Amino acid sequence: METPLWVPLLQATVVFTYYLLLTALLIWAERRVVARMQSRLGPNRVGPFGILQTLVDGVKMFFKEDTTPGMVNRSIFTVAPLIGVIAGFLSIAVIPIGGEVTLFGETFTLVVADLSIGVLWVLAMGSIHVYSVFLGGWASNSPYPLLGGIRSSAQMVSYEIAQGLAVASVIIYAGSLRVSDIVAGQAGSGFADGVPGWYAIPLFPAFMVFVIGMVAEAGRPPFDLAEAEGELVGGFNTEYSGLRFGMFMLAEFMSVVTMSAIVVTLFLGGPSGPTFGAPEAFAGLIGTGWFLLKMVVFIFFFILLRGALPRYRYDRLMDLGWKVLIPVALVWTLVTAAFVILEQEQPGLGTDLRLTLASIAAVIVGWLLFSGREPRDAGDGLDRHEPAPGPVAAPTTDTADDGTTPASDDTADDRQEVAP
Amino acid sequence: MLSEFLPVLLLFGLATAFAVGSIAVSSLVGPRVPNPTKLAAYESGNEPLADVKNTRFSVKFYMVAMLFLIFDIEAVFVYPWAVVFRELGWFGLGQMVAFIGVLGVAFIYEIGRGGLEWD
Amino acid sequence: MTGLDVVFVLVGLLTAAGAVLTVTSKNLVHAALALAVTLAGIAGVFLVLHADFLALVQLVVYVGAVAVLFLFGLMLTRAPIGREALDSQNRGLALAVSGGLFVVLSTLIVLAFGDVRVDAMTGPGIDVIGIAIFAVWVLPFELLSMLLLAALIGAIVLARREDGESGEEAEVTRIEVGDPPINESDGPPAEVAGDGQAELPAGSGGGGQA
Repeated sequence: METPLWVPLLQATVVFTYYLLLTALLIWAERRVVARMQSRLGPNRVGPFGILQTLVDGVKMFFKEDTTPGMVNRSIFTVAPLIGVIAGFLSIAVIPIGGEVTLFGETFTLVVADLSIGVLWVLAMGSIHVYSVFLGGWASNSPYPLLGGIRSSAQMVSYEIAQGLAVASVIIYAGSLRVSDIVAGQAGSGFADGVPGWYAIPLFPAFMVFVIGMVAEAGRPPFDLAEAEGELVGGFNTEYSGLRFGMFMLAEFMSVVTMSAIVVTLFLGGPSGPTFGAPEAFAGLIGTGWFLLKMVVFIFFFILLRGALPRYRYDRLMDLGWKVLIPVALVWTLVTAAFVILEQEQPGLGTDLRLTLASIAAVIVGWLLFSGREPRDAGDGLDRHEPAPGPVAAPTTDTADDGTTPASDDTADDRQEVAP
Repeated sequence: MLSEFLPVLLLFGLATAFAVGSIAVSSLVGPRVPNPTKLAAYESGNEPLADVKNTRFSVKFYMVAMLFLIFDIEAVFVYPWAVVFRELGWFGLGQMVAFIGVLGVAFIYEIGRGGLEWD
Repeated sequence: MTGLDVVFVLVGLLTAAGAVLTVTSKNLVHAALALAVTLAGIAGVFLVLHADFLALVQLVVYVGAVAVLFLFGLMLTRAPIGREALDSQNRGLALAVSGGLFVVLSTLIVLAFGDVRVDAMTGPGIDVIGIAIFAVWVLPFELLSMLLLAALIGAIVLARREDGESGEEAEVTRIEVGDPPINESDGPPAEVAGDGQAELPAGSGGGGQA
């Protein structure tokens, strides 16, 4: 049972390198993809397709002047970016990047630590990350960073709640906080053969809440308004330069990777997937491939969002978090629990009800989201809600597009309808 | 059990070494040419004059932090409940509905009063 | 002394150091940060005692939320950062009160739990905690929601618009949010302020309002 010391060392090193490399690749991929979306070429000089661009940029950053402006609080100014990077790396400690591997007679999983309170660990590290942003802004002692810092941290804490509550329904299904249990609970087939048992399917609303939440939590477009460098001066990191600025950037880009890893693990089965009858020894490695593949899909999703969507407004952002996502996540948690108990008592009821419920909820969530988009301010700062039309018949995206969607005032009522 | 955290500690060490090391190296090899303008607060090119030390923020931010705290506690109670509620059945669900319900009513009241309107 | 004891002592020292720094620091934000370190140290103590869940809850709720609430609160008030304006000159009294509390509390704890031996290898799992809360301590749990309700109502009252109407309030808030204190008499020279001023509230107003 005693594992030699090199096993945890290897686990930590592999995971560390894995995420660092993926982050570097993400930065490159983002520049390429967004460039394509804007009819540009993007970096294409260093290495094939410019793939080494991030490396070169990183090296360059070492030789840049790292200014410490006169008015800052020096110690905290230096510590703040470190907190972000360290918390970013630590948050993925519980996420397995692959299945079991056997090396030199030792069998271990490609995860740093499979803690019994794994999910809570991710959440805790997320809340530590807030300090980086807040302190970075505060220590700068300068108006823009101060504003950006407090706005960013308010945004982060808001969406952290939404995410945390969305995860609650995952725990309800898995019955455990341990990440390996959550992954195991999603292995095999779901409600029908050939359909994966991913929690994203029965828990679709929670999945949606989590995905939206993770974009906001990572401070990525379209929710990057607190540091909209094209329009504002850059938010909490305005006074930073050189490598300390680089650390903030690294933390931000890394959160894209880590958030993708987390959502894949919690909702999309993590490293589980068909092994094509490969021998035991390779099954773990194939899991690594599946995990990477699923992650890349999400990373690409992040990039597409950035290229495709305009920024949100701060009040809308907070409204979306507090008035839509959190209520939906809360209600869905209770609905899920009620459903699980129902199934426990009457096992026959199972699949059909689950499907029906999930699709109804999905429609409602979709409608809530789109109704939130309607421009509500008529310019005079007053909330003028249009009178809500009668019974909501099959809300579709069309209604949202022409701007005649019912005002989101109705959300409260609808929430009651969903509740058991 | 504590040995579970050893790899986490190693990862922490790696991350810290990476972050601190990079900044240390950068401060060694990077140039250092300060001048008064560079060291001044950035205010879009104007002479810095904002008195940040006396800056006050909207009470909304405090509201958000307060709500965050309350819902955080709620989430922290939902987690162990989510692990054991199968054994408790409807009774357990009732407890949680009551718990969330009380907060939900207050939350709706708060929204109704415009406590979360960002003007 | 086992390795665990050493870790426990180290974590305890860190916690105590943070606590001392919290009360001695003259800068309020530094004090709040020291408090965060103390709270994180307590999480470490829980961890050493094999209470994993409690440790993480401590981290999520206290470090992640309570300390952040303090920081936001400091931003809200016009905190005299780095000044001694808030020193009430009651050190002796404070020392006596905290010392007395310390003695009373530690005596109580030793008397109550002094002969309890904790199984050092297994802390309670989350399922044990869950059953304890939701099967045994049901009433306290429900009462907790009342406590949180009171906190929420308190926050609402605190953040209440005095005038009730939103129309003119909006402007008042606008000044508060961004607010280089131009209107303040002790602010920087008013003339230079002219241009820079106009920019800042707009940009910062965007922060708070838009």
